[in-house]
Amino acid sequence: MSVALDRVSKRFGSFTALNEVSFDIEEGELVALVGPSGSGKSTLLRVIAGLERQDAGIVRIHGDDAAPLGPGDRRIGFVFQHYALFRHMTVFENVAFGLRVRPRRERPSGAEITRVVRDLLELVELGALGGRYPTELSGGQQQRVALARALAVQPRVLLLDEPFGALDARVRKQLRQWLRNLHDQVKVTTVLVTHDSEEACEVADRVAVMHEGRIAQIGTAKELAREPGTPFLGAFLESSPRKASGAPRPFGVAPGGTS
Amino acid sequence: MSTTSVPTAARHGIPPGARARRQTAHVPTSERDIARGVLITAALAYLFLSLGLPLFVVFHEAFKKGVGAYLTALRDPELLRALRLTLLVAGIAVPLNVTFGIAAAWAITKGKVRGRTLLIALADLPLAVSPVIAGLTFMLLFGMQGWFGPWLKAHDIQIAFTVSAVVLATIFVTLPFVARELIPLMEEQGVVEEEAAVTLGASGWQIFRRVTLPNIRWGLLYGVVLCNARAMGEFGAVSVVSGRIRGQTTTLPLHIEILYNEYDFTAAFAASSLLALLAVVTLAAKHLLERSHHVARARIIEEQHERES
Repeated sequence: MSVALDRVSKRFGSFTALNEVSFDIEEGELVALVGPSGSGKSTLLRVIAGLERQDAGIVRIHGDDAAPLGPGDRRIGFVFQHYALFRHMTVFENVAFGLRVRPRRERPSGAEITRVVRDLLELVELGALGGRYPTELSGGQQQRVALARALAVQPRVLLLDEPFGALDARVRKQLRQWLRNLHDQVKVTTVLVTHDSEEACEVADRVAVMHEGRIAQIGTAKELAREPGTPFLGAFLESSPRKASGAPRPFGVAPGGTS
Repeated sequence: MSTTSVPTAARHGIPPGARARRQTAHVPTSERDIARGVLITAALAYLFLSLGLPLFVVFHEAFKKGVGAYLTALRDPELLRALRLTLLVAGIAVPLNVTFGIAAAWAITKGKVRGRTLLIALADLPLAVSPVIAGLTFMLLFGMQGWFGPWLKAHDIQIAFTVSAVVLATIFVTLPFVARELIPLMEEQGVVEEEAAVTLGASGWQIFRRVTLPNIRWGLLYGVVLCNARAMGEFGAVSVVSGRIRGQTTTLPLHIEILYNEYDFTAAFAASSLLALLAVVTLAAKHLLERSHHVARARIIEEQHERES
């Protein structure tokens, strides 16, 4: 079991973001958390990462209770919705960051860091852009830098928060397919948050639909399509944007969103 | 997920006025040019009258009796002591308030502290209070008849009319500058980069050194320049608490006033020219730092383009 959640709850003031959420993610699996905004999917991702602390329940990563571990000790890679690249660092330095901040004893040599970063930039098809600054890249390119940066620390679990949310429809489609291929290549356990159920079904091995802080249903895309558990689910899966152009984009389209 | 979206235009480096300018494009060109000319002339005249002319007068008066008299005035031991005290006071107050300013701005914008409004208001207090009042407050606290006066006297500690009082008053007056500069900047930048750094395993200090500090460095530099200018130029508060003991607690501004009151205009303006020079040096240092950064940045970009083409 790669990630195991046991009755995890989280409240913000009087708002219940997570209500006794339990589910398991297998090693190497790609699971999508999908649901309308406010359903708790992003909060769940941040709880797994350790960026938020749950009020109750247990998060286990590779069998160990993650409670005593901060976000930096959980061996997770997090890709933020708006990438959160370090704006004053080059692409190369962004990707190298996780290696450079290691304690001296565990830090790879300079040559080793260069090699790892080069390989990662090749992997995300940005080999030539290592010297650029984030603002000089398109949205899709920034997204891939964020992914390479998260992978650099060799995470046991990769967490992606609306990774395509700020991209335009065409780039989204491309990146989706690309991400699926990458996952088949790298095989790291991945949790992806999205509000687009079509996206979730296309990319993920299993889809967990969240509603009002609970996992309303979890299964493969086929299973969900065959028998939606509740009327709400059926409606949500149906209403979800079939045409990507109609997708809700709560935070608008990123500037220059072509790769 | 906290959403701190930078306005698209700002992220692209488009100046905020660019759109407004385009919208006024239908105004006939000649009319617009005249308006622009008048505005620029007015602004330049205003700048010259309020900034250029006084600066010119300072140096003109200082050199009125020749370079020799100017140099003699500068060699006066009391003036040199005042200069040394001014540098000492700035040297203590500025680093302290830089530390405080960064800590306060960090706590207010990145931490989850309660009573942030109160904290911001408190940090603003020295700007709202007249420096003379601030000085008097210090006297009411530490003076002989002040609240802590008897206790201080019993323990043989003298604060009022000493260098300590000058330093304390200067710290108080210059407290807001760095914090005020950083709070809006850090608020706009949000915490996402810090969160990214923490998931990558960076420690608190590494996050500050490698992520937060580089992102605020230009705002910080500007805050330091303002703080330093005020620390070296402060008159009111320092005047009250120092007791103006000549050659002991007089900073440059106080010393200038003493000389001026004694009709020693050459010396007064020579000392003023020193203060003006310190200001110019500070601004030049800031400018050079910024330029070296931009030059380095431009070179990197240029090299990239060359490599790609």
